Amino acid sequence: MIASTRLVVPLSEVPPGERAWVHSFHAGRVIENRLASLGFTPGVAVEIVQNYGRGPLIVTVRGTRVALGRGEAAKILVERSEQDDDQIS
Amino acid sequence: MTKFHELPPLAPPQVGSKGGSALIALAGQPNMGKSTLFNLLTGLNQHVGNWPGKTVERREGRFDLKGRLVRIVDLPGAYSLTANSPEEIIAREFILLEKPDLVIAVVSAAHLERSLYLVAELLALGTPLVIGLNMMDVAEREGIRIEPHVLEAALGVPVVPMVAAKAWGVRDLLDVVEEVLAGKRIPTPRPPEIRPDHARVLSEIQTLISSYLAHPYPADWVALKLLEGDSEVTHMIRETLPAEKWERVHEILRAHDDAFLAVASGRYEWIGRMVRAAITRPRVGQIGLTERLDRWAAHPLWGLLLLAGILGLVFWLTFTVGTPLQDWLERAVVGMLAGWASEALAGAPFWIQGLIVDGLIGGVGSVLTFLPVLVIFFAAFALLEDVGYMARAAYVMDNLMHLMGLHGKSFLPLFLGFGCNVPAVMGTRVIDSWPARLLTILIAPLVPCTARMAVVAFIAPAFFGTNAVWVTWGLVLFSLLALVLSGTLLNRLLFKGQRSAFIMEMPLYHLPNLRTIGLLVWQRSLAFVKKAGTAILLMAVLVWLLSYLPNGDLNTSYLARFGHLIGPLGRWMGFDWRLTVALLTSFPAKENAIATLGILFGVSPEAGLTDLLTAAYSPAAALSFLTVTMLFIPCLATVAVIKQEAGSWRWVAVSLALFLVLSFLGGAAVYHLARWVGM
Repeated sequence: MIASTRLVVPLSEVPPGERAWVHSFHAGRVIENRLASLGFTPGVAVEIVQNYGRGPLIVTVRGTRVALGRGEAAKILVERSEQDDDQIS
Repeated sequence: MTKFHELPPLAPPQVGSKGGSALIALAGQPNMGKSTLFNLLTGLNQHVGNWPGKTVERREGRFDLKGRLVRIVDLPGAYSLTANSPEEIIAREFILLEKPDLVIAVVSAAHLERSLYLVAELLALGTPLVIGLNMMDVAEREGIRIEPHVLEAALGVPVVPMVAAKAWGVRDLLDVVEEVLAGKRIPTPRPPEIRPDHARVLSEIQTLISSYLAHPYPADWVALKLLEGDSEVTHMIRETLPAEKWERVHEILRAHDDAFLAVASGRYEWIGRMVRAAITRPRVGQIGLTERLDRWAAHPLWGLLLLAGILGLVFWLTFTVGTPLQDWLERAVVGMLAGWASEALAGAPFWIQGLIVDGLIGGVGSVLTFLPVLVIFFAAFALLEDVGYMARAAYVMDNLMHLMGLHGKSFLPLFLGFGCNVPAVMGTRVIDSWPARLLTILIAPLVPCTARMAVVAFIAPAFFGTNAVWVTWGLVLFSLLALVLSGTLLNRLLFKGQRSAFIMEMPLYHLPNLRTIGLLVWQRSLAFVKKAGTAILLMAVLVWLLSYLPNGDLNTSYLARFGHLIGPLGRWMGFDWRLTVALLTSFPAKENAIATLGILFGVSPEAGLTDLLTAAYSPAAALSFLTVTMLFIPCLATVAVIKQEAGSWRWVAVSLALFLVLSFLGGAAVYHLARWVGM
C-alpha cells in the first residue's frame, strides 16, 4: 500500500515545489465549505508554490492558485511521500 | 416566517410580464470575467445599487435582444451556492425566488474544473442554463485545449466559447440565449447524481421535511443543503419543523457530520467525468507568465518593494495631476461661480448672499474639488484590481495586517486613506468578509489624509520651527498607532477577536480592460457625487448658518456660543473657545480650521495669523490641537460614505463616538504631557 509510505503533516510544513495530497481538515464549517468549493477535497493533489516558513503561502489546487493564511494552512492535513526526507522542523 | 423569507422582493419587473421581455441572471465565480460580459451587454445602460438589506453591490441593466427587452441582473460572484457568504446567499435566493427565465453561467476555460463547481450546483436547482465558456484565449496561452461541443454533450446544456474581454463569441452567446428563450432549443441538463451511499440518507431527510417546506425550495435541494451543513437552510428547517421531526433530522445530520466533504467530492468526481473528454490537451508543466511574475510580486521582500513603488507612483500622480487640477477647480470654477452669484445677488439681503455664495457654492466647491483626487484613486484601484495585482498586494501585506485581526485585503483601502479617506472607505468593497470590512471602514479615518496634513503643515512650522518635520512625523506615527490600537480593541469588542480566514484565489494576470475600469470609475464617482454630495451640501449650508446666525458675526454666532458652552471640555486639551470653534468648523472640510481661525483672530493676510497664534497659544496647546485634528471625527464627505458603505446610522454613531473619545483622550494626554515636559 502506498498509504503506509506516506506521512501526514500540516500543509504549512510542506516545502515549496513539493506535491502533497489532501488528507483531511478541521477548520469550522464555513471555512471547510469554502475550502471544499475551491477544490480542496480528500485525495486531491496540492502543489506548494510558495512557502517561506512564515506568513501566508501559495498553493495550486485543481489548476487554480490559492493563497492561504498560515493558520488556515496549518489546519489542512496532507500526505507527503516519504522519500522526501528533507522535513522541516 | 423564517429568515429565509425576510428578504424584501427585489426590484419589481418593470418591463411587464413575459412575452416581449425576459429576465436573465448572470452567475459565476469571482474572476471569471462575468462583469466584463455584463458591461459589454449593457454598456452605460445599467443601474448600480445595493441588494436590499445587504452591503453587496447589485448591478442590473437592460439590452435589446432581437426585439426582446432583456432585463439582466449581475449576481455577485460566488464560489458555490452554500451559505458561506452574503454573495452566495444572494445568488441562490435570486434564482430560487425571482425565477429568472434563464441563467447565464460564466465559467473560465483556464480554470474549468473549479468553475464547473458552481455549474454543478446551478444544474441541481433546475434553472434553465446557458454556459459562457470564457477566457478561451487565456486557456490557449496556458496550453489547455477544450472542445466546447463535447462539454455541451456531457452537461446537456448549451456551451458557447467566448473571450468577453475581446467581445469575441458574445454574438454566438446571444444567439443561443435567444433560441432558448424562444423555446427553439430546450436544454436537457444532466445534474450530478447523488452517490449511492448518500442517496438513502438524503431520501430519509427528504421524507421528513417535504410536507413542511415553503413553496420555492425544492425538497431534494433543501435535503442536500442540510447534509452540507448550510447554516441558513439548517436555521430555516429548525424553525419550520415540529420539534420531534427536527430532532430526528438533527440526529441523521449528526451521524453524517462529514457528509459535506462527500458531497463536494461527489461534485468534483462528476466534474472530472465532464471535463475528461472535453479537454483534449491538458495544462502542460510549463511555467506561465503568472508564475514568473509572482516570483517577484508575491516575494516577501521584493513584493513589498514593488508595492511601495506602485503606491509611490499613485501618490506622485495625485500630486502632479490631481492637486493642480483641484486648485484650478477651486479658483477658476468655484471662484467664477461665486463671482457670478455675488454679482447677481448684489441687490439681495446680505444673508441670502452669504447663504448662497459661502454656504451653497462653498459646499458644491468642496464636492467638486474632491473629484480629481478621487478619480485618480478610483482609477488606480480599478486598474490594480483588473490586472490581478490586488491579490498580490493583499498577500504580501497579510503578515502586518494580522496585528489588527485583519488580513491583507484591508491594506490597500487603508493606504488610499493617506490621499483621502473617502476612496479608502469606498475601497473596502474588495474585502469579502463583512466583519473585516466593517472594521476597516471604522478605522480608515485614522489614516491622516492630505487635508489634515495641510492643517499640520500650516501650524507646525509656526510653533516648532525647524523641529516641525519631527512633529509632523510624530503626529503621523501617533495616528497610525491609534489606528492599530483601535483596530485591535474594536476587533476584541465587536468581533470577539476572531480573525476572518485568509483564503484567496490568486487570479491569473491579464491585460487591463479599459471599458471595465472606465465604467467602475464612472460609477464610483457618480455614487459619490449623488449620495455624499447631497449630504455634504446640506451640512455645509447648516454649518454656515450656525456660524452666521443670529446677527451675521462669527464671534457671536450660535457656533461660537456652542464653543463657549463646551469650553470646559476644551480646556482639558488646552483649547480656548476659538480653537474649539475652529475644530467644529473643520467638520465640512478639514482645511476650514485655518480659515476659521483667520476670521476669529480678525486678520486679513494669512502671514499675520501665525504671529497671532503663537502669541495666543503655548506650543503645548498647539501640539494638542494638531493631535485632536488628526484624531477628530472625519470630514463630512467621509461620514457620508461611511453611512453609504456601512449601511446604517448605527455604525456611523459608533464611528463618531470612537473618534470623539479618541480625540479628547489623545488631546488631553498630549497637552498635559507637553506641559509636564515644560512646553
